Amino acid sequence: MIAYIIRRLLYAIPILIGVNLITFLLFFVVNSPDDIARMQLGAKRVTPEAIEKWKAERGYDKPLVWNAAASGVAKATDTILFDKSIRMFALDFGRADDGRDIALEIRSRMGPSLAIAIPTFILGLFVTVSFALLLVFFRNTALDVGGVVLCVAAMSISGLFYIIGGQYLVSKVWNLVPISGYSGGLDAGKFLILPVLISVVGGIGASARWYRTLFLEEINKDYVRTARAKGLSELRVLFRHVLKNAMIPILTGVVVVIPLLFMGSLLLESFFGIPGLGSYTIDAIGSQDFAVVRSMVFIGSVLYIVGLLLTDISYTLVDPRVRLN
Amino acid sequence: MDFKPLLLWSDILLWAMVAGCIALAVYCRRQDYLRRAWRRVGESGVAMASATILAAFISVGLLDSLHFQPRLPAQEGSSEVQYAPEVLSVLDALVADLRLNKEKTYSAPLATHAFAKETMERDGVQTRDYPRLKWGGAHLEDVAGRDSDLARRAAGGAFYGLLLWAVVVGVAVGWMALARGAPYGATCRTVWRPDTAATRPIAWRAVFVTLAVLCVIGGVTAAWSAGYHVFGTDKVGQDVLYLSLKSVRTALLIGTLTTLVTLPLAVALGLIAGFRGGWWDDAIQYLYTVLNSIPGVLLIAAMVLMMQVIIDTHPEWFETAAERADARLLALCFILGLTSWTGLCRLLRAETLKLRELDYVQAARAFGVGDARIMARHILPNLMHIVLIALVMDFSGLVLSEAVLSYIGIGVDSSMNSFGTMINAARLELSREPVVWWSLAAAFVLMLALVLAANLFADAVRDAFDPRFQWRARRILKKVAA
Repeated sequence: MIAYIIRRLLYAIPILIGVNLITFLLFFVVNSPDDIARMQLGAKRVTPEAIEKWKAERGYDKPLVWNAAASGVAKATDTILFDKSIRMFALDFGRADDGRDIALEIRSRMGPSLAIAIPTFILGLFVTVSFALLLVFFRNTALDVGGVVLCVAAMSISGLFYIIGGQYLVSKVWNLVPISGYSGGLDAGKFLILPVLISVVGGIGASARWYRTLFLEEINKDYVRTARAKGLSELRVLFRHVLKNAMIPILTGVVVVIPLLFMGSLLLESFFGIPGLGSYTIDAIGSQDFAVVRSMVFIGSVLYIVGLLLTDISYTLVDPRVRLN
Repeated sequence: MDFKPLLLWSDILLWAMVAGCIALAVYCRRQDYLRRAWRRVGESGVAMASATILAAFISVGLLDSLHFQPRLPAQEGSSEVQYAPEVLSVLDALVADLRLNKEKTYSAPLATHAFAKETMERDGVQTRDYPRLKWGGAHLEDVAGRDSDLARRAAGGAFYGLLLWAVVVGVAVGWMALARGAPYGATCRTVWRPDTAATRPIAWRAVFVTLAVLCVIGGVTAAWSAGYHVFGTDKVGQDVLYLSLKSVRTALLIGTLTTLVTLPLAVALGLIAGFRGGWWDDAIQYLYTVLNSIPGVLLIAAMVLMMQVIIDTHPEWFETAAERADARLLALCFILGLTSWTGLCRLLRAETLKLRELDYVQAARAFGVGDARIMARHILPNLMHIVLIALVMDFSGLVLSEAVLSYIGIGVDSSMNSFGTMINAARLELSREPVVWWSLAAAFVLMLALVLAANLFADAVRDAFDPRFQWRARRILKKVAA
C-alpha cells in the first residue's frame, strides 16, 4: 500500500511538470510580458518607461528561459520560467500583481471556503443518495416517474438561477438570512446556511438521477434476489446490499472532488460575498491578475491529482476485491 | 441593391455544419443499422416533441445567421453607394418593430406606462407621474382598454397560428398519404391514433401537438408584440423579447461550433492512441491527463484571459464591432473545445483497444491492409455511435456553461446578446423596489426550454444508439470537475 502510494506520487511529478509548462506557455509565451503590461496599464499611449517600470516591479523584466547576462547557475534561475513557474513546485507563489503575498492570501481564505464547501459536500451527498434510494424504493410507480422528470427539469436549469432565485426568495422576500456577507466564528452560520442549501438543491437533479440508474442496475442482480428470498425487508436490502455495492461508481465521482473543496465555489462565493478562494479567483479573473490565476491553476491540479489518489485508496476500503499494486 | 450580404466567420461555420448534418442524414438513410437506430428515436414521443422544439430554436438561430449591411440613404449630390457600418441579420429585419421601437428605460411586460416616474408638464402644471410608453400600447386611446385589446390580439394571433399549423399539418399528412399510397382520411387516423400493436410507428402525433402549441404561442406573441413589449424592456429600453431571440443564436453556436474542435482532436487522438499503442499511446494519455488535471473553469479562464490580451492589443484586425464580437465567440468555442475533448478521447481510446483485437480487424491486417485504412474503414464506423451520443449530450452542458462563463466575465463579448449577458445585466435589478424580474424570467424560460429539449432528445438518442453505455457517469464527472 505504502509502495503504491509512493509510486503514484512519483507519477504525479511529470503531470505537474506538464501543467506547469502549459501555464508558462499560456501566460508568458502566447502574450509577451510587454503586451500584458500594455493592457494592464490601460491606455494606448503608454510610454516604454512605464512598461519597463511595471515589469520591473513584478519581476517580469527577466529573460523568459535563459539569462545570458547572469553568471553560473543564475543563467537558468534568474529567469521568468524559474521565478514564476518552477518556484510553484515549492508552493512559493510570489506576489499578486497588486503586490500582496499570494500564499498568505490563500491561507487566510481557505477557512471560509471550507466552511461552505464541507457542509455542502456532506449534506449534498446525503440528500442525493437518500433521494435516489427513495426513487428506487418506489420504482415503477408514478412517484418514481415524477421524481425522474423533476430531476431532468432540475438539471436543465442553470446554476445561476438557483442562486439568484434562492437569494431573492429567502433573503429578500422572506427576510430570513442576510443577503450576503461573512463573519468568523459561530456567527458564520447565518451567512452559510443559504449558500449551502442552494448548492445542495441545485446539485440534486443530475446526481440523483445518476445514482438511481446505478442502484437500479444493482437491484436486478442475483445476490439482491437471494437477500429478498431470505426474507430481508426491502429497506434492509436497499441499505445493506444495494447501496454498499453501488458505492464504487459513486465513489469515483465523489472522492475526486474532496481535495478540490479547498478551492471553494466560484459562483456561490462571489454571489454571497464570502471571502474564500473561489471569490479570490473570480476577483483575480475580473481584474486580470494573472499571477493569482496561474497559482490557482497549479493548486487546482495538485488537488485534483491528490483526489485521484484518494479515489484509488477508497476503492480498497469499500471493495475487498480491489488490491493496489 | 438595398443591402450588401456579409458573411461572418461564425455564419460560414454554422451553415457548413448544417450542410454537414444534411450529408450525415443522407448517409444515415443509406445505412440500414443507422436508419433503424434513428427510427427508435422517432418512435419516442418525448424525443420527437423535443426535436420539434429544438428545430424551432434552430430556425431562429439560422435566420439570425444571415447577415447583411443595409444601404444608407443616398447623400445629396453623391452617386456613391454607402452601406451602414451596422451589421444586421434577416431576423433583425423580420422583427424590425421590436428592434427599433425602444423605450427610455425599464418597462414591465405588456405595460403601457414606464416603470419609473418622470417629471412632466400637464396643463401647465408640473407633476411626477409614470409617462406613457413610446411604443408599448401607444395605439390605445384609453389605457383602460388594454386588457380587451390584448384579448382581441391574442385571439387573432392564436387563430392565425392555428391556421398556419393546419396548413403545415395538412400538407405534411398529404405528403405522407402520397408516400404510403393510402387515402387521406385513413392517413389522418393512423397519424393520430397509430396501430401500436402491429407496428412501431414514428410519433408524428407528438410532433403535431408540439407544433400546435408552438404555433399558438408564436401567434399570440407576434400579435402582442405588434403593439406591446411582450417581455418588457431592459435598462436602456431595448425589447427583452428581441434580446432573447438574439441570444438563441449565441447559445446554439456555443453548443455546436465547439464540437468542430472537440471532434477532430478526440477522434484522431483516441484512434491513434488505441490502435497504435506503445509510444503514441503514452504521449496521448499524458497529454489528456495533464489537461484533465487542471480544473476546467480555471483552464478556460486562463485561456480566455490570454485571448482577451491578444484581441485588445490587435484592434486593427477587426473592421466592425460585430466582427470583433464574432471573433471572440469563435475563440471561446475554440477554447471550450480545447478543454473538453479529453473525456471523449478517453472513451474512444478504450473502445478502440477493444475493437483492435476483434477478428475482422485481425483479418484485415492479415490481408495486408494499411493501418490508416483499417482505422478509417473498420474502426471509425464502429466508434460513430459514441461520437454521436457525446455530441448531443454535450450540447446542453455547453449552453449552460456559456451563461456561467459570461457571468464570471470570461464568456462572450459584452456587446453580444447571450443568455449569460442577459442574466448578468438583470441580476442586480432584483434588489430594486418594485422588482425588475422580466429579463431574468425571459432568459430562464427560453434557456429552460432549450436545455430541457436538448436533454430529453439526447437521452433518447443515447438509448436508441447504445442503451448499455454509462453516459451518465461521464457527464456527472464533468459537472463535478467544473
